[in-house]
Amino acid sequence: MSKASSIPVKAEQGAIARFLASDIVYSFSRSKLTMLAAAITLFYFLMALFAPLIAPHDPFDLASLNLLDSLTPPMWEEGGVAQFPLGTDDQGRDLLSAIMYGSRISLAVGFASVAFAAILGISLGLLSGYVGGTLDSVIMRIADIQMTFPSILIALLIDGTVSGLLPQASREDTAFGVLTLSIGLSFWVQYARTVRSSVLIEKEREYVQAARLIGLRPLTIMVRHVLPNVLGPVLVIATINLALAIITEATLSFLGVGFPLTEPSLGALINIGNNFLFSGEWWITIFPGVTLAVLVLSVNLLGDWLRDALNPKLR
Amino acid sequence: MLAFMIRRFLQSILVMLVVALISFLLFRFVGDPVDQMVGIETSIDQRDALRQQLGLNDPVLVQFFHFIAGALRFDFGISYQFKQPVAAMIAERFPATLELSLLSVVIAIVAGIPMGVYAGLKRDSWLSRMFMTVSLVGISLPPFLVGILFIFVFSVQLQWLPSFGRGETVLIGFWPTGFLTQSGLKALILPSITLALFQLTLIMRLVRSEMLEVLRTDYIKFARARGLSRRAVNFGHALKNTLVPVMTITGLQLGSVIAFAIITETVFSWPGMGLLFLQAVQNVDIPIMAAYLMLIGFLFVLINLIVDLLYVAVDPRIRIDARQAN
Repeated sequence: MSKASSIPVKAEQGAIARFLASDIVYSFSRSKLTMLAAAITLFYFLMALFAPLIAPHDPFDLASLNLLDSLTPPMWEEGGVAQFPLGTDDQGRDLLSAIMYGSRISLAVGFASVAFAAILGISLGLLSGYVGGTLDSVIMRIADIQMTFPSILIALLIDGTVSGLLPQASREDTAFGVLTLSIGLSFWVQYARTVRSSVLIEKEREYVQAARLIGLRPLTIMVRHVLPNVLGPVLVIATINLALAIITEATLSFLGVGFPLTEPSLGALINIGNNFLFSGEWWITIFPGVTLAVLVLSVNLLGDWLRDALNPKLR
Repeated sequence: MLAFMIRRFLQSILVMLVVALISFLLFRFVGDPVDQMVGIETSIDQRDALRQQLGLNDPVLVQFFHFIAGALRFDFGISYQFKQPVAAMIAERFPATLELSLLSVVIAIVAGIPMGVYAGLKRDSWLSRMFMTVSLVGISLPPFLVGILFIFVFSVQLQWLPSFGRGETVLIGFWPTGFLTQSGLKALILPSITLALFQLTLIMRLVRSEMLEVLRTDYIKFARARGLSRRAVNFGHALKNTLVPVMTITGLQLGSVIAFAIITETVFSWPGMGLLFLQAVQNVDIPIMAAYLMLIGFLFVLINLIVDLLYVAVDPRIRIDARQAN
């Protein structure tokens, strides 16, 4: 597949036609569930991207909040108003807007941490596989040790430690970076292992030997020639990891060590609502919860499909 | 075989040393221990005296040895936040976490294996399809959300079960157990199911795919051709061979259960180690964090070691591989 695309015979139009005729597009068009999941995921992306334009209120603008509006139920319940379709939280924030902005934060952290983990893992995996020797053993032993512990524990620990080192007051500004770092660092091992094992196979191939013969530098061979051929499995891991990263971020924020309550992600919203579950204000928890669950489920379905579609054994 | 065991054992010790090093670095370099222990009015002289007394002026390597020596005696210092010995605080909460985790693992195994076998044998029945769909939803729902939904339905709406604490406990020797009182058992239901759910889906899916794999093999066809009963083929031959990977994964998952207990304990205000650890993370109470990390690290390494050795004991193919590798 990727080898074919490096033949510069056909024009760009040919590339698109070839893509449309590929197995992946075929398997996509055969599965209604996958199409639904893709549509929902796309809907979330658009909602997250355009949240500032389409959200009825700005939940971060504390001046626009009115405490008298707090804990308004959804509009179809008794006491609800059309101004706040899904009700408000304890500070009078419009829940619909908060959910839109919250999804934006959740998706942004998800993508950033997956990108960070992938770049770190791919680089270490390439180095480990291509260079070998002591470097390989050191990287893989670190990976082994990290694999012993569940990623949520590692993320929690890194998050707690880094937050402890930074002053409390700056939490609003640093939350994004700290979360991306801790989630990213807890996920890199899988990429490194997968890439390393593919590289071990690829580097014995003739095209790598040819590249070496014509005197290319190892770095060029790794990035330009080996990397494109090991990216398939990485894509699958990244999709499934996106769902995991979103869950991890939500969990950390729910536990009160992620995003601050002034800038709530979906997890932080659920955390706010959890305090009001017993007094009957169920909507603050349930709506963000359902939003989160649907997002993760859609991404998981896409990941499952991609794994099967890219697996030549199942064709 | 012996060489394999020794190598595995040495590897475990190495992992523990790394965990100890991380704990020590946390303890020593995240915030100043002296600042955390004394008030603002303490003079510089007094601080220096305390520093000397705690051995913080020694070379770092010496301090590390002291830290490990302390850890071996279960001495992790005093909590910054509660001003109590950390070891005693953890010991007090350990039974709650262990009872919750063990019950969850039992639930996950007892429900997960039969569901997986059924879904593997009757792959196209509507019940199997429902199991698979529900399990995908189960994987997609974060555990804390499942806990909240349970509380919303069973505690708030129906008011059947308590949503926090572990009810009354009975002391057996030094061990406070919740298994012997009605309120203790009631309090266990929601948290243990919440904690079990993720492992349950995992075990079910694993058993199903292993069953599908095994049922395709020649020896199953041969067993059927010999005219063995359906029961003997499915359970005596097929299930038995799926259990090796299931055992490994389940064993390794025991560690995850203890880690996920942090989340479940927070949702249900369960007075266990996980809740203690989370409060420590929120308040940067480093001695508790370090001690918890060491304890969890030890449990993980122990579980991994036991699973590896069991694996060798159960599956003869690995023994041959290990021999060839030497």
